[in-house]
Amino acid sequence: MSSRKIVIDPITRLEGHGKIAIILDDEGNCLRAYFQVPELRGFEKFLQGRHAEDAPIITPRICGVCPTAHHTASVKALDDLYKAPPPSPALKIREMFYNLFMLEDHALHFYVLSGPDFIVGPDAPRAERNIVGVMNKVGKELVLRIITIRKRIRKMMEIIGGRTIHPVFGMPGGISRPLSIEQVKEIRALADEALSLSLITLEMFKKIVLGNKSYLQLIESEAYTHRTYYMGMVDGKNRVNFYDGLIRVIDPKGREIAKFHPSKYLEHISERVEPWTYVTFTYLRKVGWKGFIDGENSGIYSVAPLARLNASEGMATPIAQEAFEEMYESLGGRPVHYTLANHWARVIEMIYAAERVKELSEDPEIESKDIRNTNFSEPSVGIGAVEAPRGTLIHHYETDENGVIKRANLLVATQHNAARISLSIDKAARSLIRKGEISDGLLNMVEMAFRAYDPCLACATHEYGSMPLSFYLYDQRGNLKKILHPNG
Amino acid sequence: MNREWTPRIVAFVCNWCTYAAADLAGTSRMQQPDSVRIVRLMCSGRADPQFVLEAIANGADGVIVAGCHPPSDCHYQEGNYRAFRRFMLLRRVLESMGVEKERFRLEWISASEARKWVEVVRSMTEDLKRLGPLRRDEEGIKVE
Amino acid sequence: MNKLKVAWYWCASCGGCEESFVDLSEELVEFFESADLVFCPVATDFKKEDVERLPDASVDVALINGGIRLSEHEEMVKLLRRKSKIVVAYGTCSSWGGIPGLSNLYNKEEILRAKYLDPPSINNPTHAVPAERTRLTKLGANLELPAFLDSLLPLNAVIDVDYYIPGCPPTPEVFKNALKALISEKLPPKGSIIGASDKSLCDECPLNSTKPEKILLKELKRPHETIADAKKCLLTQGLLCLGPVTRGGCGALCIKAAMQCTGCFGPLDGIADYGGKAISFIGTIMDYSPAEEEELERAYSKIKDWVGVVYKYTLPASKLGGRVRREKTKRQEEAEIDE
Repeated sequence: MSSRKIVIDPITRLEGHGKIAIILDDEGNCLRAYFQVPELRGFEKFLQGRHAEDAPIITPRICGVCPTAHHTASVKALDDLYKAPPPSPALKIREMFYNLFMLEDHALHFYVLSGPDFIVGPDAPRAERNIVGVMNKVGKELVLRIITIRKRIRKMMEIIGGRTIHPVFGMPGGISRPLSIEQVKEIRALADEALSLSLITLEMFKKIVLGNKSYLQLIESEAYTHRTYYMGMVDGKNRVNFYDGLIRVIDPKGREIAKFHPSKYLEHISERVEPWTYVTFTYLRKVGWKGFIDGENSGIYSVAPLARLNASEGMATPIAQEAFEEMYESLGGRPVHYTLANHWARVIEMIYAAERVKELSEDPEIESKDIRNTNFSEPSVGIGAVEAPRGTLIHHYETDENGVIKRANLLVATQHNAARISLSIDKAARSLIRKGEISDGLLNMVEMAFRAYDPCLACATHEYGSMPLSFYLYDQRGNLKKILHPNG
Repeated sequence: MNREWTPRIVAFVCNWCTYAAADLAGTSRMQQPDSVRIVRLMCSGRADPQFVLEAIANGADGVIVAGCHPPSDCHYQEGNYRAFRRFMLLRRVLESMGVEKERFRLEWISASEARKWVEVVRSMTEDLKRLGPLRRDEEGIKVE
Repeated sequence: MNKLKVAWYWCASCGGCEESFVDLSEELVEFFESADLVFCPVATDFKKEDVERLPDASVDVALINGGIRLSEHEEMVKLLRRKSKIVVAYGTCSSWGGIPGLSNLYNKEEILRAKYLDPPSINNPTHAVPAERTRLTKLGANLELPAFLDSLLPLNAVIDVDYYIPGCPPTPEVFKNALKALISEKLPPKGSIIGASDKSLCDECPLNSTKPEKILLKELKRPHETIADAKKCLLTQGLLCLGPVTRGGCGALCIKAAMQCTGCFGPLDGIADYGGKAISFIGTIMDYSPAEEEELERAYSKIKDWVGVVYKYTLPASKLGGRVRREKTKRQEEAEIDE
């Protein structure tokens, strides 16, 4: 069979490098699409020989978009390594910091990275599918307000974590120093605004996306549907928790098939290597690897917002819970298999994060000076996990008696999603590319399947380069300043 | 072309003690291997670790830093103290970067100790012959 | 004033440089008043072919972040060099290798093994490792990956670099300063480090007034072993703060969180090897005489990973570039799969 190959390279507006290779037959129909990650940096290797307490400094460099997730998973692995549970105030400050991060990161993704696909519209010309297009659609004032609040959240994170990008304050057994009274006051003031930002976002999402039938059809279209397993971290009542808890897995019908402590991850998760990509594909060990197919017999599972909500029974805060119920009512109950519903789930998570920040900021314990437990045991193995914006993140270190790393294993959100992303891309390409017709819009639809996961390829391969972001401001035609200048 | 391989040693020596010793060894016509290239510094305390790294990067198989006997021979009071503390740390770092301990020596050699100088050069040359060249071109490491 | 045509590309980086750029927030307006982005895959839908079509030297400034780790990076930065008048190594990875540069302590095979064969979660019965070319036997097509190079290289080991912007990541402030330098009438001398301070971190450190004239230490501490006094020079507390040999300009962010400087802004002017300079500095503050060799050894042996301390961000740009005597390994082989 003769075939030709087209390559979309690089995929834009996502973090990390990515390539989609599409194999076409002679008629120009898609035979198979491959999602390739051309990145590798080798963190697993060069963590070897490093001081364990350096891991929270080193591993954030896996990804500058979600450095807080790596920092936090790493610090939690060190708590475990030294068997030094942090005092309650330190835990609360860490969790508050973490939720601030989830909030601003989701906001970034929603408005800048994947928002343009939806808000501006998937068929809009390339040059409009960016933040400027978003502004034209929803109004400059709102976008400016969002940018301002996000900036304040990040400033607050810098004050708590030392830095926003590559934070440094986490230590085994706690954090480096307590918060000052002034800092606590500022956090409290910011919490309300953060919550209002999330609520505005939900309203807007409903108005633009749910108010438009064709968008809803797109969400529910078969091209973006996969019946896979889902994974996410839950609290004692099976509600979503980003910072701590047990990892819960449900099958494509919504039945719980596993709930385990992160330290037991090896019993549940395996990784598959394919020679055509640097990323490895995780799958459920007990179900097994059956290739790139969905369904109950295939161990492929998904993480990230939709998977987290699917794997839980609700949200731990009131407004988020309401939004959770509304989503599942609209989309026909749990689990939802529509990849594009990730955008909706992401907004619900923004609300939860904001509500949680507010709760924690009001807790008097965050004013405490009791922030470290230095009562260490001899180190040997430490495992820590968090829910990163893009899904479950596990750090696993083995050290010698001096706390020098001998082996490191990192399972990162986008790896868990890599197989499902491949499925999505393959399916979208097959259904959208016909008879050699490869229009700009079609290619973007393929990329859309991809962006819904908010994939972070830098993370996925902890290995290479990354791409974050986005600029809010890019406009080919150059009338940016008018649009963004605050107060005219 | 069957000539025996001769290691290259770079020696950073202090002007007041070790350089004088090496000079004396020369003028006294003591026999010594031709493996050493001397860099004269005013003090062993001036032997910046960056010089040692530069020497290795440029093809030295071994490096000697040598100065006046502690505690009190140093012309600048405590230059040899500094040399000592830096040397001990640099040797650790070099070792974890694949440069064997024997390739880097710190010696105290006074102006009169020409014989000691010769002995140091001779024994280090032998050690290096046993170890072989530090790096070969095909090893894929950066050579400035 | 003509707007600068700017291209932005990332190699082996984490994306922190771009995040930091976005943190300019409303000040991005000023950036876009003075610059147009002609290529930036992070944010805008433009592809490699768009760059190839540009005339040579038509881009005013190419910002390149991340070290060179894959053959693809090498190709892209060479392309960008050709298309650009000025090339700027943006951030510490591009300038000196950054944290991923610690991989130069190992060779390619060791790195691939640690990722694809050794992890406890890996199930890889065929010992597959990513290949530069994978033949899909049924489809009759090939899939290609860029090759993983033997070492991570700083940008200036691959192409000619005009300026360097330090930081992991450079703060928005540093970026703004650098941009000012790039659009000024009189460009800084080629090879300059732009945007940051020309003084050491100590110079801007809020704890500088508590730093004694002369520091002498008997004991070194690893940071997790102590709860640092956030109001007192961290060096005097036995923590290996590298502020004295590190370029300032970050705003002493880590110090404000009671964490020592680990050197992410890289060397001051005139330092040829950051780690060498750090060793030199640490040597001056250790309070031991040559008669106390054993005691000094004991004090140094407290730190188990000296390379990770002194070369955390600059190993590829160091004199040795990485571990000496790494065996060079063979090319990644071709693979074949039944698809």
